[in-house]
Amino acid sequence: MNTAPATSTGGSRFEFLRQGLARLVALSLGMLGGMSLFGARRKNTVWQIDPLKCVQCERCATECVLSPSAVKCVQSYPICGYCQLCFGYFQPHAPQLNSAAENQLCPTGAIERLFVEEPYWEYNILEDSCIGCAKCVKACEMFGNASFYLQVRQDLCLNCNQCSIAIKCPAGAWDRVPADQPYKLKHKTAPGNTVGRLKKERPQWLA
Amino acid sequence: MARLADIPTCIERGDVRSSQPAREAVSTAFHPVGRRQDASRIARVSLPGRSVALLVRLALLLLTLGLLAAAAQAESEQEQRFPAPEFKGGYTFPETTVPQATSETRQWLDVAALAAALSIASWLAVKRHSRRGLFWLMICCLLYFGFYKKGCLCPIGSIQNVALSLFNSHYALPVTVLIFFGLPLLFALFFGRVFCASVCALGAIQDLVAIKPLTLPRNLTIGLSVIPYAYLALAVLLAATNTGFLICRYDPFIAFFRLTGDAPHLYLGASFLLVGVFIARPYCRFLCPYGVLLGFLSPLSRWHLAITPTSCINCRLCETSCPFDSIHKPNFGLAHEARGAGVRRLGFLFLMLPLLIALCGWVGHRLSVPLSRYNSTVSVAEQVVAERQNPLLEPTLESKTFRSKGVTEGELIRDALAIRARMNIGGWLAGGVVGLVFGLKLLAFSTIRTQKDYEVDKAHCFSCARCCTYCPNDPSCKTDSFSAAMIAQQVGQAAPKPKPTTPALEVAGHV
Repeated sequence: MNTAPATSTGGSRFEFLRQGLARLVALSLGMLGGMSLFGARRKNTVWQIDPLKCVQCERCATECVLSPSAVKCVQSYPICGYCQLCFGYFQPHAPQLNSAAENQLCPTGAIERLFVEEPYWEYNILEDSCIGCAKCVKACEMFGNASFYLQVRQDLCLNCNQCSIAIKCPAGAWDRVPADQPYKLKHKTAPGNTVGRLKKERPQWLA
Repeated sequence: MARLADIPTCIERGDVRSSQPAREAVSTAFHPVGRRQDASRIARVSLPGRSVALLVRLALLLLTLGLLAAAAQAESEQEQRFPAPEFKGGYTFPETTVPQATSETRQWLDVAALAAALSIASWLAVKRHSRRGLFWLMICCLLYFGFYKKGCLCPIGSIQNVALSLFNSHYALPVTVLIFFGLPLLFALFFGRVFCASVCALGAIQDLVAIKPLTLPRNLTIGLSVIPYAYLALAVLLAATNTGFLICRYDPFIAFFRLTGDAPHLYLGASFLLVGVFIARPYCRFLCPYGVLLGFLSPLSRWHLAITPTSCINCRLCETSCPFDSIHKPNFGLAHEARGAGVRRLGFLFLMLPLLIALCGWVGHRLSVPLSRYNSTVSVAEQVVAERQNPLLEPTLESKTFRSKGVTEGELIRDALAIRARMNIGGWLAGGVVGLVFGLKLLAFSTIRTQKDYEVDKAHCFSCARCCTYCPNDPSCKTDSFSAAMIAQQVGQAAPKPKPTTPALEVAGHV
C-alpha cells in the first residue's frame, strides 16, 4: 500500500522487472538457506585451548578482552603427584616450603596448598585470583606431572566471534569446539594418569 | 584378579618355566609399575601353548611385546614424573569444575529476539511510519544486542563465519549463526533495511550521536561508498583463507559494548562517534560490509518505507530531513545534454570497465603477499626462512614454538605457499570485484534519472522514518507530538508549541 505509485508506463515496466528480480533473489536465498540448513545442522561453537599444544607463552593473561582473562589454570587431580615440593606452587629456590608470599610462584597467590596426609599435599586453583599467566603450568610441565593446564572458563568467556587471544597464540592451541563439549580436560582425554607432555628442555635458571 | 589366577596355572603346567619373557611377566605382575602394559603381557602368558613351535613363536612375540612395553613404560615414566599417590586415609579426588557456556536455548532465544525485533521494526517503519516507535525499539536493541550481549554475535560479523564455512570444510557453521546472517537480508528483501533502522547495535549507537548532520556532496558520497565493497571483499578474503576475522577485530564500538577494551579500540570508537556528530552514521554508510549486502536486496523490496503515503505535494519539507542524504530529490527542468556527448561518455566508461577491473584485480594480486602475512602459518614460515638465511636473527616465540612442534620446515613452507596461492587468487577476485563496483559507481555518477517526487533511495535508506514525520500528508505526522518536537528542533525552535495540531504546516509557515 505504501509503494510509490507507478504513474508512467516506464515505471510499471521497471516495477515488473524489479518484482521478477525480487522473486528470483528470494527463491535463491531460500534455496541457499535451505541447503545450508540441510547440510550444516551443527552445534554452536565456543573457544577452547588444547592443553597438549599450549606452550605457556603467558599471552592468555594479556590478550583477552576481559581483564582478568577468561583463561584460568585448572588442576587435574588424578594426574597430580600431590608433591610436598610442588614446582607449580613454589618459587625456584624457595627459602621455605610454606605458603608465605615470597615462596610462591603464582604472582597473584591463586594456588591454595592444603595438607592431605604425609607426604601428600593438595593444590587447588582459586579462580577468582587466577589471571591465566600459566607460570605454574609451565613449571608443572617442566618438573612435575603436568597436572596444571590452561582452560577457557566458559562462564566467563564472552565467546567473541574472533577470539583476540587465538590470533596471538604462537602454538595454534586455540580452536572452536562444540558448545556441548566445551572443555579439553586432560584426564578425560586419556584416563589412567598417563597423559602428559613429552619432556622439554630445562630452563636456564635451573642449569 | 585374572592375572593372579592365571599365572600359577601356567607355572604348574611347566609351559613357560624356561621362557624368559614369561618369567619377566611373572615378576612384573607382583611389582606393578606400569599397570596397563602388565595386563596385556599377562594375558598373553595365560594362553595355553601345546606344541613347541607355537611356544617358540609365542615366546618370540612375547619378547618383542615385552621390549616394546618396556620402552613405552620408560617413556611414560618420563612423562609422569611422580607416581600417583597412594592415600591411606580414604582421600577422594575433587572434581575439576566445568562451568558451561550459554545454553543452546539461550542462543535460540537470541534468534527469536532478532526475528521479533525485525518484525516490529518492519511494522513500525512500513505500516506505522512511527519514528518514535523505531527510536524506542532502537534503544531496546542497543541495550540488548549491544550492551547485554556484548556486541557478539552480530549479523555484520557473521559474514565471515559464512565465508569461512564456505571455503573451509573444517569449520561447521552453526545454524543460529546462519540465521543471524540470513534473517536481516530476508527482511531487507521484503521491507527494506529495517535491520539498520533499529535492530543493529552499531547503527543505534551512531544514530544517537547524530546531532548536527551535514549534507555531503553527492560525488563525495558516491566516492566513499566504494569503501564498504572493498572492506567486504577484504574481510571475505581474510576469512576464506582462515587468516582472521577483520570485521570483528576492528569493530569500532565493541569496546563500548563490552565496557572494556584496549586503547586503540577505544580511540577508534570515540573518533567514529565524534565524526558521527556531523556525518550521520559514518560506519554504516562508508564502511559497513553488511550494508553492501542489504543494499543489494533493499531496492527489490515490495513494501519499503515511503515518504509519502499517497502522493507527493512537493512541499520540500522532507528535503533536509534525511541525515543520510538518502532522499532522491525531484529534478525538474534539467537541461538535457547533447545526445552524442552522453553516449560518448557512457561508451568510454563502459570501455574503461574491463580495464578498471583488470587494474584493481592486479592491485589485489600485488596486495596478496603483504596480506598473507596476517596469516599465522605464512608469518611463521617467513620468519623461519629468514632465520635460516640469517643465523644472527633473534628467533621469535612463534618460530621457537614451531621448532618444538616436530613439523618439518618443508611442510610448513608447503602450507604457507598453499595459503599464499589461495590469497593470490582471492586477491585477483576481490580486486576485480572492487574494480567492477568502482566502474559501476562511475556510470551511476554520470547518469541522472528523471525524478518527479521526493523518494527514498532504497539502496541506502535505513528506514529510520525521520522523513515520514516531516510529510504533511502523513497521518502519523499530525498525531505524533514527538515528530513535532523533532521538526521544531531541526528548524531551530526552542520548543514546540503546546498542542500542535498540524506542526508541519506551522513550521512551513516559519520557513
